[in-house]
Amino acid sequence: MSAVSKFLFRRRGGNGWHWTDIVTWVWLIGGLIIMFGPALWLVFSSFKSPAQLAEFPPTILPYVSQQAEVEGYDKPLNLYDVTLPDGSTRVLAEVRRIGIVAQMVDPADPGEIIKVNIAERTPVREIGFATENYVTPLESNDFLLYLRNSVFVTLMATLITLITNSMAAFALSKYKFRGRDAVLMLIVGTLMVPLSVLLVPLYSVVSAVGLYNSLWGVILPTVATPTGVFLLRQYMLTIPDELLDAARMDNASEWQIYWRIVLPLAAPALAVLAIFSVVWRWNDFLWPLVVLSSKEVYTLQVGLNTYAGELNVQWHYILAMTVVTMIPVVLVFVFLQRFITSGIAGSGLK
Amino acid sequence: MWLAALLNPPLKAWQRATGTGGMAAFFLAPNMAIFGVFVLIPLVMNFFYSMTSGSAYFLADRTFVGLEQYGRLLDCGNYLDPGTCREDLFWKAAQNTAIFVFFQVSLMTLTAMITALILNRKIAGRGFWRAVFFFPVLLSPVVVGLIWRWILQRQGLLNYVLYTFGADTHDWLTERLPAFTAAVSVSVWAHMGFFTLILLAGLQAIPRDLYEAAEMDGTKPARVFWRITLPLLMPNLLVVIVLSLIRAVQIFDEVYVLTGGGPGTSTMYLTQYIYEVGFASLLRNPGLAAAASIMMGLVLVVLTLVQLGLGRRNEQKGARE
Repeated sequence: MSAVSKFLFRRRGGNGWHWTDIVTWVWLIGGLIIMFGPALWLVFSSFKSPAQLAEFPPTILPYVSQQAEVEGYDKPLNLYDVTLPDGSTRVLAEVRRIGIVAQMVDPADPGEIIKVNIAERTPVREIGFATENYVTPLESNDFLLYLRNSVFVTLMATLITLITNSMAAFALSKYKFRGRDAVLMLIVGTLMVPLSVLLVPLYSVVSAVGLYNSLWGVILPTVATPTGVFLLRQYMLTIPDELLDAARMDNASEWQIYWRIVLPLAAPALAVLAIFSVVWRWNDFLWPLVVLSSKEVYTLQVGLNTYAGELNVQWHYILAMTVVTMIPVVLVFVFLQRFITSGIAGSGLK
Repeated sequence: MWLAALLNPPLKAWQRATGTGGMAAFFLAPNMAIFGVFVLIPLVMNFFYSMTSGSAYFLADRTFVGLEQYGRLLDCGNYLDPGTCREDLFWKAAQNTAIFVFFQVSLMTLTAMITALILNRKIAGRGFWRAVFFFPVLLSPVVVGLIWRWILQRQGLLNYVLYTFGADTHDWLTERLPAFTAAVSVSVWAHMGFFTLILLAGLQAIPRDLYEAAEMDGTKPARVFWRITLPLLMPNLLVVIVLSLIRAVQIFDEVYVLTGGGPGTSTMYLTQYIYEVGFASLLRNPGLAAAASIMMGLVLVVLTLVQLGLGRRNEQKGARE
């Protein structure tokens, strides 16, 4: 125990707490709460029933009212702890409510109706997860469709990004040809033009080639990413040209050199780009919002926003769907975070 | 793999016919084709769009009006008062964006700096803490917007916490100042981890022996920070400031989901203006949207040139060291 606390509270210099140690731990613990807390709150909330979501003050864990089958009634009735006029408390089931008076029965003796002021009763609750928040949208709503569209967009866009960007990077790093620097400048130059600036003309180009309201219209404009070409080119420059020359001596074609030698050697850079591409495309919002107009082709992000934007916000479904939307990104985070963070720190990517 | 092997014979023939020069063209072609159609052509078209009027989307159906759209955007009695402008919404959005950028970048730089300094200390589980602050960077803007909308709504967590401490509760996203504060804080929350990493990399590149020498001289920690850490971190700090400026100017997704631009137009920023004028509103005007996007693009180009310049200077400095 003392070893653990010693480890946890290791601090500068010798004995006693320096004020900076206190600041450090306050900041770290506060950061932990502020960074993870909201997401956790979302996850907890996503298991609550609509009635419980509307409750204030909210509870952390999801609760459901306990119900009981009572003889003579078709549906199960909600149970309440009731304080009777004589001061005793009993567990009663509510039959119906008229104004502030509830008509209740004892589940063991359903014959006699007891009238109770609603201020005198509190629901009997137990922890229960409203899994129907997840099941209903997945079964009946368009959610599964959105999910499929998003998966398709993400996988296709990433695949095409990797292939085309690596080919271009190969040409730009391993060949000397006229206009190479011009091409490179052009690509690096467009790093500074965000998609939000090109919305109108891009929209008309995409419509002109017949991709409006199609998933390919979401995929294609995003795949020729300058960042990817640039990152891969910088990496491929470190692959020695002698290796390529040796392969050429053995009569390998340039295409074989590309996919047999350069691609495998560039695997670390390709992996970084793949992770980024997955996260970017999965999270895209503005462009799909512009280019997709009918529900059948909505991606998750657009679909979620339309649910949240409707007048009657069905939070119980939205929260559950948001949690599902988070899953791939959380997986990336858990398994690859080390990889990504060193990638960012090294290259200033994104 | 078999597909690549299948492609080999025809490509070999192509190589024989054109030499390696032809192969370079072949490798560049797919990327350049997509790049050309979906980046370069739109880039050029945007200028033409900004000089046309009407609500049609195809350039051929639009009437050429020269610089009229720019004139309309710039027609203003007093640039500091959006109410006196013909396109009051544009100036309102521009003003909102400027205020947002100022507060967001300041708050972001400050918190990222403090976090990086703290993560650079000898603390247990540094990798874990680094991950904690990085986590929101991966979340989608829609998820970020929804999480915080859920927390800030009337029956939300924030009100619950305030209620527990006996403070007043509010409907945060329907009041101007709170909605603005939420937009700034939420975007800082979502992006801070990224900038923290850049600063952390900079901090770790500062040679240890400088600190050891300072310690031997008995220099006070505050002085060490102002005289060693800050000057040596300056290149990274500038990159962080400029990069976060570029991103903040383009703010859209998370705020749009969080507040929808409201209440009123108090959290409506330039990208949302372009989106609404170009697509979402009934009185859509693609020409006006294009002109506005070019004006925003100019700001971004200037900022990016500054950033590229800074990057180059850093590289040269690195090469000299």
